[in-house]
Amino acid sequence: MAPIAAFQKGEIMPSYVNVEKCDGCKALDRTACQYICPNDLMVLDREKMKAYNRDPSMCWECYNCVKICPTQAIEVRGYADFIPMGASVTPMRSTDSIMWTVKFRNGQIKRFKFPIRTTPEGSARPDGGFETADTDLSSPVLFTEPASLGLPEVFTLKK
Amino acid sequence: MPAQFEDVVVETDLLILGGGMAACGAAVEAAYWAKKHGLKVTLVDKAAVDRSGAVAMGLSAINQYIGLKDGQNTVKDYVEYVRNDLMGITREDLVANIARHVDSTVHLFEKWGLPIWKDEQGNYVHEGRWQLMINGESYKVVVAEAAKNALLQDGVGQIFERVFIVGPLMDGDRCAGAVGFSVRENKFYVFKAKATIVAMGGAVHVFRPRSVGEGLGRAWYPPWNAGSSAYFTIQAGAEMTCQEVRFIPVRFKDAYGPVGAWFLLFKSRATNALGGDYMVERRDELEKWAPYGRVKPIPANLRNWLGMLDVMEGKGPIYMRTEEAIAKIAEQYKDDPKLYQKKMRELENEAWEDFLDMTISQALLWAATNVEPEKKPSEIAPAEPYFIGSHSGASGAWVSGPEDLQTDESRPLYFWGYTNMSTVKGLFCAGDASGASSHKFSSGSCTEGRIAAKSAIKFIVENNTMPNVDEAQVKAWKERIFRPLELFEKHKNETTDPDINPNYIRPRMFMFRLQKIMDEYAGGVSAQFSTNEALLKRALELLGYLKEDSEKLAAENLHELMRCWENIHRMWQAEAHVRSVLFREETRWPGYYFRADKPKMDEENWRVFVNCRWDPKTGEWQMFKRPVIRIFD
Ligand SMILES: Cc1cc2nc3c(=O)[nH]c(=O)nc-3n(C[C@H](O)[C@H](O)[C@H](O)COP(=O)(O)OP(=O)(O)OC[C@H]3O[C@@H](n4cnc5c(N)ncnc54)[C@H](O)[C@@H]3O)c2cc1C
Ligand code: SF4
Ligand code: SF4
Repeated sequence: MAPIAAFQKGEIMPSYVNVEKCDGCKALDRTACQYICPNDLMVLDREKMKAYNRDPSMCWECYNCVKICPTQAIEVRGYADFIPMGASVTPMRSTDSIMWTVKFRNGQIKRFKFPIRTTPEGSARPDGGFETADTDLSSPVLFTEPASLGLPEVFTLKK
Repeated sequence: MPAQFEDVVVETDLLILGGGMAACGAAVEAAYWAKKHGLKVTLVDKAAVDRSGAVAMGLSAINQYIGLKDGQNTVKDYVEYVRNDLMGITREDLVANIARHVDSTVHLFEKWGLPIWKDEQGNYVHEGRWQLMINGESYKVVVAEAAKNALLQDGVGQIFERVFIVGPLMDGDRCAGAVGFSVRENKFYVFKAKATIVAMGGAVHVFRPRSVGEGLGRAWYPPWNAGSSAYFTIQAGAEMTCQEVRFIPVRFKDAYGPVGAWFLLFKSRATNALGGDYMVERRDELEKWAPYGRVKPIPANLRNWLGMLDVMEGKGPIYMRTEEAIAKIAEQYKDDPKLYQKKMRELENEAWEDFLDMTISQALLWAATNVEPEKKPSEIAPAEPYFIGSHSGASGAWVSGPEDLQTDESRPLYFWGYTNMSTVKGLFCAGDASGASSHKFSSGSCTEGRIAAKSAIKFIVENNTMPNVDEAQVKAWKERIFRPLELFEKHKNETTDPDINPNYIRPRMFMFRLQKIMDEYAGGVSAQFSTNEALLKRALELLGYLKEDSEKLAAENLHELMRCWENIHRMWQAEAHVRSVLFREETRWPGYYFRADKPKMDEENWRVFVNCRWDPKTGEWQMFKRPVIRIFD
């Protein structure tokens, strides 16, 4: 356990927090990184008002904390036990696209930009605008079918 | 101690456990039917639905799309593909049921805002026969949004986040809901429901990962899915199936980045260190596994197996020949340098997006090792075993199929009233939680969630009474759930280091103990995925001690309490696995595991499902066979 205790003290870990940039999400109810981490790893040190990753060896490097942080305070330092030092991968996510900057150990830089969604945030309509089904609970037809299949009917063996 | 935890009792009609692909599909479908019938739906996730489950990081492909409307494939084509890939062991009714609906779910994804690649004619771009290319960074965000809108807009439902589900509530032989606790506040949750859908994903960290330092978290499968689906259904007394069918993905070594784009899009080969192509050189080996060894595509586990044979013969490492694949593409465009450059830029984008959309660590690893794929090949390797019934594994609960996809022979065995209901009344399963219906992936899991939800609403309408939950049961759960906190408080000051204390074990070391047993005795990485009867019996013996010691798990805070319960969940998944591998006296999926004492496939005796059930009344396990029935011929 000793190394883990050492990790808990500070900012050395797969996802790490830049001391200068983190403002503890201005002491709101919950911090953005704590809200999003799927493995409940990001916590706020209430005394310092800085976030940290409490168990780096359970981090998936999923970058969700990195993407959500409003002050870009979180970065990822590749797993120390198998990733050589010196590289970085940095996302900038907007409402419709994501920009990645990949910095190699030898200094080379690559940039990529990909779309992330085609509709405005919040607008996903459960039925997708398809006509909803006119069947009962016993039929195998799901609520947007057959319209969402683009077929006149749902496949069956029973005729 | 339990007294410090406030009881929160939630009564609902339908309870959805989990917030991943299957649960979100269930929410979207359930909301529609619940509204029609005046019912309430409650969804509970241990994390934030926006970024939870296996799709939390995003994905770069939708792996199940049939193309029914354009006549690209039929439902039967998909059933045949899955049947062969699983070496003959599959529930054709379940696979067909998902296949006939999955396109409809994919079309919904597109409407919700998921960017699916299109060609100039406006058709989806395929990665392989069944796979569609997507810009999937926000795949989960988009699907979660639809689920939230469905549940919250019309007041049909409610969502609880950061509530960890521990186990089932029962009313005799009917599931009556679930219990859990908040990982943020001192709250004990009691969910009472008329029907419950289990969709809490598969399991990782049951076996020891290759990385045991900081990189422990970089398993292929996300560290937050810890076998909760299996534990929940086993504890409810449900019949389980295919618990021996684990999945081992071969991926870029260490960071486990995807290989799909390289194999399928760029037509890359994998070779050993001597340049030999094991898929060619070891072709004869495939005959041993006929008829499945003869089909195309060659089943995933057999492809693994041929590579493993090379490694065992000292011919490793195995390389993805990226440089060769790129050179071949260059060759095609040698007369048109402009077009070649354009093509290379496209390929470079595709290759990096494949990593950045779903395994960012792989991009980091390539950057940190200055990889130029056009110059040098990259290592690939099999990961440790995982339980993921929705991918190329098949473990999960034994559920009813739909009535209209049965033959006269299969109906009495595969159909019992409500599609996707387990053998426990009112307990439904989808995604990784339901077994013997492999290759659903993200789209099929979401679809199966929808199927289960409609069926569960039907169950509620036809069994519209709130089950009885006796208080003693709730009290007993509460006692047990918080015991690790109590134990820690009681003993922590008795030694100078709270980690080393003879009165308790902390969850991290408990997990390492489980992983050591599984790795060394049940065919993990260090055992070259091989095991035998004596090893498995020893594993059971050691798991027995572990189970006793699980009563001594200690937790310092709520986060650690969650870790305690995750490891109990993993331990039960482990036991079901070991018992099933032991029961099946043959080797059927070499490349997933090899029974060294039964090295051959035995079609005559073992072309059957291995099912098991833990009896909550006696605490005994029963192991038995169920027939595999062909529905599509
Ligand atoms: C690395 C990787 C790559 C993949 N690539 C692809 C691909 O390219 N294309 C594709 O189509 N599919 C892909 N898949 C498969 C796909 O992700 C799964 O099939 C799908 O996510 C399964 O859905 P599910 O709902 O069963 O589980 P998940 O989506 O994993 O959801 C499980 C949910 O349960 C919750 N949960 C777990 N335990 C508890 C608990 N105790 N209490 C409360 N909640 C809990 C989790 O927080 C999560 O919300 C990939 C999977 C992995 C791991
Ligand atoms: S989200 Fe960023 S600013 Fe907010 S607490 Fe986390 S690291 Fe600090
Ligand atoms: S990278 Fe992912 S798993 Fe790691 S701390 Fe951030 S959100 Fe959590």
